[in-house]
Amino acid sequence: MDSEGFGMNTTTQPILSARALTKNYGRVTALDNTDFDLYPGEVLAVIGDNGAGKSTLIKAISGAVVPDSGEIRLNGQPVQFVSPMQARDAGIETVYQTLALSPALSIADNMFLGREIRRKGVLGKLFRMLDRQAMEKFAREKLSDLGLLTIQNIGQAVETLSGGQRQGVAVARAAAFAAKVIIMDEPTAALGVKESGRVLDLIRDVKARGLPIVLISHNMPHVFEVADRIHIHRLGRRIAVVDPKTISPSDAVAIMTGAKAPPEEGLAA
Amino acid sequence: MSNASGPGRPAASEGTEASSFDTRKHTPVQRLQHFLHGNPAAVPMIVVVVSVVVFAATIGPKFYSAFTLTLILQQVAITGIVSAGQTLIILTAGIDLSVGSIMVLSSVVMGQFAMHYGVPGFVAVIAGLAAGGLCGLINGLLVSLVKLPPFIVTLGTWSIFGAITFIYSGNETVRSQDIDQTAPILHFFGNSFRIGHAVFTYGVILMVALSALLWFALNKTAWGRHVYAVGDDKNAAMLAGIRTGRVLVSVYVVTGLICGLAGWALIGRIGSVSPQAGQLENINAITAVVIGGTSLFGGRGSILGTLFGALIVGVFSLGLRLLGTDPQWTQLTVGALIIIAVATDQWIRKVSA
Repeated sequence: MDSEGFGMNTTTQPILSARALTKNYGRVTALDNTDFDLYPGEVLAVIGDNGAGKSTLIKAISGAVVPDSGEIRLNGQPVQFVSPMQARDAGIETVYQTLALSPALSIADNMFLGREIRRKGVLGKLFRMLDRQAMEKFAREKLSDLGLLTIQNIGQAVETLSGGQRQGVAVARAAAFAAKVIIMDEPTAALGVKESGRVLDLIRDVKARGLPIVLISHNMPHVFEVADRIHIHRLGRRIAVVDPKTISPSDAVAIMTGAKAPPEEGLAA
Repeated sequence: MSNASGPGRPAASEGTEASSFDTRKHTPVQRLQHFLHGNPAAVPMIVVVVSVVVFAATIGPKFYSAFTLTLILQQVAITGIVSAGQTLIILTAGIDLSVGSIMVLSSVVMGQFAMHYGVPGFVAVIAGLAAGGLCGLINGLLVSLVKLPPFIVTLGTWSIFGAITFIYSGNETVRSQDIDQTAPILHFFGNSFRIGHAVFTYGVILMVALSALLWFALNKTAWGRHVYAVGDDKNAAMLAGIRTGRVLVSVYVVTGLICGLAGWALIGRIGSVSPQAGQLENINAITAVVIGGTSLFGGRGSILGTLFGALIVGVFSLGLRLLGTDPQWTQLTVGALIIIAVATDQWIRKVSA
C-alpha cells in the first residue's frame, strides 16, 4: 500500500500514513474510509469544514481516539495507539488547541509534565527528588532555540504569560520531545495578529529543524503562508491534496465546502 | 541556534516588545496581588503573626508565654495532621468529608486490636493505619474509577465509616488505664517533653514533621507536581501524559493513611479510644485548609498555608478564651475568617498577566 504514494513526494516514503480509517459514533460516521499521508520535513495543513471529521482524524493519529478499522503506519511500520501517551512514546507530539498546560505550574514544570527528570543518586532514587536545575536549563535552551528567550523567568507560572507566550511554551514542549512528528491543532485560533505571526514563525523554525508538522487550521491565510501541501477533508474522508502554490485559497475553500469539484490531480494524487 | 536566524529574528524582536510591555509599572495593589499569587502561604502566615502580637498586647504574659504558645500547638495538632491530608485532596479540586470518620475508625481499630485480639501494640497500630489507607482507597476508587463527585463519595463514606466505627466497637470506649497496661504505644503521640517552659507532645512533632514531608513531596517530586496539575486542569494534565486516575487514587490513599496517623495521635491526645471522639474534625480540617489559603477550586495552595490556617484557629480559640469572651465569638470569628480567606483567594486568582 505504501508504494501507491500520494501527493508530490511520490518517491519518498511517508513518515506517517493512514489507510482506510473508519470511525463511527453511533450512527454518525466521523471517518469514512479516509487516507492520510505526511512526508518527512513538510508542513501538511489539514483543512475541512466543521464536522468534516478532521479533529477525529487528528485524534486517531495522535492516539486520543481508536479507529474502528483501518491502518496507521509510522515509518512504514504498522502502529496501534490506544492512548495519547503511546503516540507520544512513538515520537508523535501534539499541541492541543487547549494547549494542555497547567496554568498554576511554572514554565519548566509544564514542559516536563509527565516526564520529569529526577536527581541522580539517593536523592532521586529514594526521595524521588526532581532535578529542577536540569529541567530549567533544558527548558531555557529549548525556548531560546525557538526565539522565545524573552520569557525571562523560567520559574514563572504559565498563567502569567500572554496567549502567544503560552502557545510558545506548548510548541517548545512538543518540539523538544517530538522525535518524528508534531501535530498542531488550531495553534493561532485564540491569538491576535502579532502573536499569530510569531506562532507561524515557530512553525517555520520547527520545520527548519527537519520535523514534519501536521497543522490543523481554519485560517486560510495562515495555512497558505506555511503549508507545503494541503489535505482537504470533507464528509469524513480526504477529498483532495492540493499544492498551495498552484491553487487559490478561495478554490481550496470551495473544494472543502463542496461548491467546487476537487481537481483531477488532487483525486488521483 | 543558528537555524533560528531567518524567521526567528523578527519573532525575537517582537518578543522584546512583549516583554517590555510586561514590565510596565504596576500599582502597589497589583504588586501585592502578584506577590500573594506567588506565595500562597504568605497571608495566613501574616495573620498568625499579627494575631499573636495583638493577643499578646491585650492579654499580656498570660498569653505570650512559651507554655501558652506551645499549648496552642498541642491543641491544633490533631486538626493540623488531618488538614494536611485534606490539603492534598483539595489541591486536586476535591473535598473529603470523611477524614474525621476515617481517623476515628482507625483509632478504634487500633484499640480493638490491642485490647481484644491480644496482638502487640505495634501490630495494632499497623492495623489501624491499614484501615485508614483502605478507607482512602475506597474513596479514591469511587472518585477516579466510578467518576463520582468527591463531595458525594465522601458524604456517603462519612456516614458509612462512622457507622462501621460504632458497629465494630459496639459503642465501647477503651479506657486510658487499660491502654497504658496493654499497649502503651497507642499513647505515644500524647507523650511530651519540655524545653524550658515550652511543652511539646510527640503529636505536635508529628504534625510539623508530616507537614515538612508533604511540603517536600508536593514541591520537589513529580508526584507533587502532578497533584497540582490534576487539580488545576484535569484534562490538560491527562493530555500532557499524567495518569490522572492514579494520582487521584494515590492522593486519597495517602490522606487515608494520614487520617490513620491522626487516629493514633488522637488516642494520645484524649487518652482513651472512643467512637464518639473527633466528630467535627472533617469540618475543622476544611476550615484550616481554606483559612490557609488553599483554593477549593484546586491546583493552588500549600501545605504550609494549611499549617498556619490550623494555627490561626488555635490562636483565636485560646486567645478569645483567655480574654473571657463567650465561646460563640470564636465560632463567629472563624466563620468570618473562612469567608475572608475565600474572598481573598478569588481576588488573587484574578491576577493579571
